[in-house]
Amino acid sequence: MSLHQLTAHALLDILKSRQATPREAYEAVLERIKAVDPKVKAYIHLAHQEPDFSRELLFPIPIAIKDNLCTKSEEITCASRILKGFKSPYDAGVIERVKKSGGAILGIVNMDEFAFGSSCETSCYGSTFNPWDLKCVPGGSSGGSAAAVAADETIWALGSDTGGSIRQPASFCGIVGLKPTYGRVSRYGLIAFASSLDQIGPLTKDVRDCALMMNIISGYDERDSTSVNEPVPDYTKALVNDVRGLKIGIPKEAFVDGLNPEVRRSVEEALNLLKKLGAVIKEVSLPHTPYAVATYYIVATAEASSNLARFDGVRFGLRVQPDKVRKNALLDMYEETRSKGFGDEAKRRIMLGTYALSSGYYDAYYLRGQKVRTLIKNDLDEVFKDCDVIMTPTSPTVSFKVGEKLSDPLSMYLSDIYTIPANLAGIPAISIPCGFSQSGLPIGMQLMGKAFDEEMLLRVSYTYEQNTEWHLKKPNL
Amino acid sequence: MSISKDDVKYIAALARIDVPEDKLESFAKSLGGIVQYVEQLQELDVEDVKPTSHAVPVGNVLRPDVIKPSFTNQEALSFAVEAKDGSFKVPLVIE
Repeated sequence: MSLHQLTAHALLDILKSRQATPREAYEAVLERIKAVDPKVKAYIHLAHQEPDFSRELLFPIPIAIKDNLCTKSEEITCASRILKGFKSPYDAGVIERVKKSGGAILGIVNMDEFAFGSSCETSCYGSTFNPWDLKCVPGGSSGGSAAAVAADETIWALGSDTGGSIRQPASFCGIVGLKPTYGRVSRYGLIAFASSLDQIGPLTKDVRDCALMMNIISGYDERDSTSVNEPVPDYTKALVNDVRGLKIGIPKEAFVDGLNPEVRRSVEEALNLLKKLGAVIKEVSLPHTPYAVATYYIVATAEASSNLARFDGVRFGLRVQPDKVRKNALLDMYEETRSKGFGDEAKRRIMLGTYALSSGYYDAYYLRGQKVRTLIKNDLDEVFKDCDVIMTPTSPTVSFKVGEKLSDPLSMYLSDIYTIPANLAGIPAISIPCGFSQSGLPIGMQLMGKAFDEEMLLRVSYTYEQNTEWHLKKPNL
Repeated sequence: MSISKDDVKYIAALARIDVPEDKLESFAKSLGGIVQYVEQLQELDVEDVKPTSHAVPVGNVLRPDVIKPSFTNQEALSFAVEAKDGSFKVPLVIE
């Protein structure tokens, strides 16, 4: 196997035994990017600064960074025209940790504009394509991160997940993606979408890499006031090939109409395998989860409309002054800048959130949304009294064709129907590969866990992975 | 409930976005569709339910008020489209 194809842990073994140097590994991946990225288009740009290979560090692993994680001296734009030219003056908390561990940043990868999307198509740079079928989307919003990992254009990647933005693209691209517990990983330096839902996490080639990355990025950060000061375990200790006696909850609401039959079959087969390996399967009910998407599109857009108010042409990014005075010079500048700077989906979500928060509608929409959020969280708390994990598909379908859902925002939103509840409840959730469709597209399954119990997710995922070979398959590019 | 072109104009003004006349219709349609979808939340009885604003409740987080290194004035202004006298410059507001 070539260096670029390796997992991080396999590459570490090779580096330790001096069969290759970190620089050779980095250059091998750069070569791969040059060869296949013209087709995949995962990268927005390569890093301007070469990593420092002079120091001996623990994890000198090539890594790709989503375009919403502030990385010093790199242009970070959230794939939006409004931030073009913004070179971050500082490193996000996770980037500091990655660099301190030796991480070698390859470049900045594509995403939906401000993470508003499930297909990577709303990026101002254009689409990224699914390495398994270049006519299809990689999922989103961390589509560039997922496609880069699947295409071996990086060893691993960082993404962010507000309603499924790590897990759904991981599922569409046949890799592993984890959204950690809210507060487990610092959001300092993550350009905010919906602050009560956003969480940064790993996209990797297997479960062991996911645990390794969690060791690097987890932990308290006083610069994020929602960061939780809980001890961080060694996540690799959770990689135990044993699920005997563990209870897996299967929500009956998850297996209803609208679920693609091939996805259903793969997830059911995975369930049967876990049962054979000794897990106890229990049917459970999450009666309020059918309301999750509606709740999310109130809560998330309300928070987004507030967070994105800072993009006004005053301090950074784009500024456009219209030729003619309409209201007054300053107001005209705000409106023209935001109109030229944001794409249609960003405008739609900002307006939806503004509407939900506006006078006369606040109680009916935003407050009600927050109350239903409580009901969804209570459902999950109740099930976790008697279950170790909850299992569902990651997304109701496999990847779809580029352009297929772009004109119908609502059908795009339903792509996140299984992933949204974990964000609303703040609990950790992972997507791992569990099969392929007839058309050769990857299928993913999701495991949700109790708050701060990423270890249980890793243990069940690792056991499944050790007994299957889906994660070893590679796309032909 | 549907969203009219006038609603879009009103919301856009609140959001400081200028939506051109020929795009009002398509935004009205897509926003209306989403608003109709979220209407399903009205089915639920939430009378005695407390709202959740953060899933993992962390109270007011305090830290000692100590001066630490931060951006210099020059660094903070380095991305300004227009700057003057160590400040961001904006179009004239008051004549």
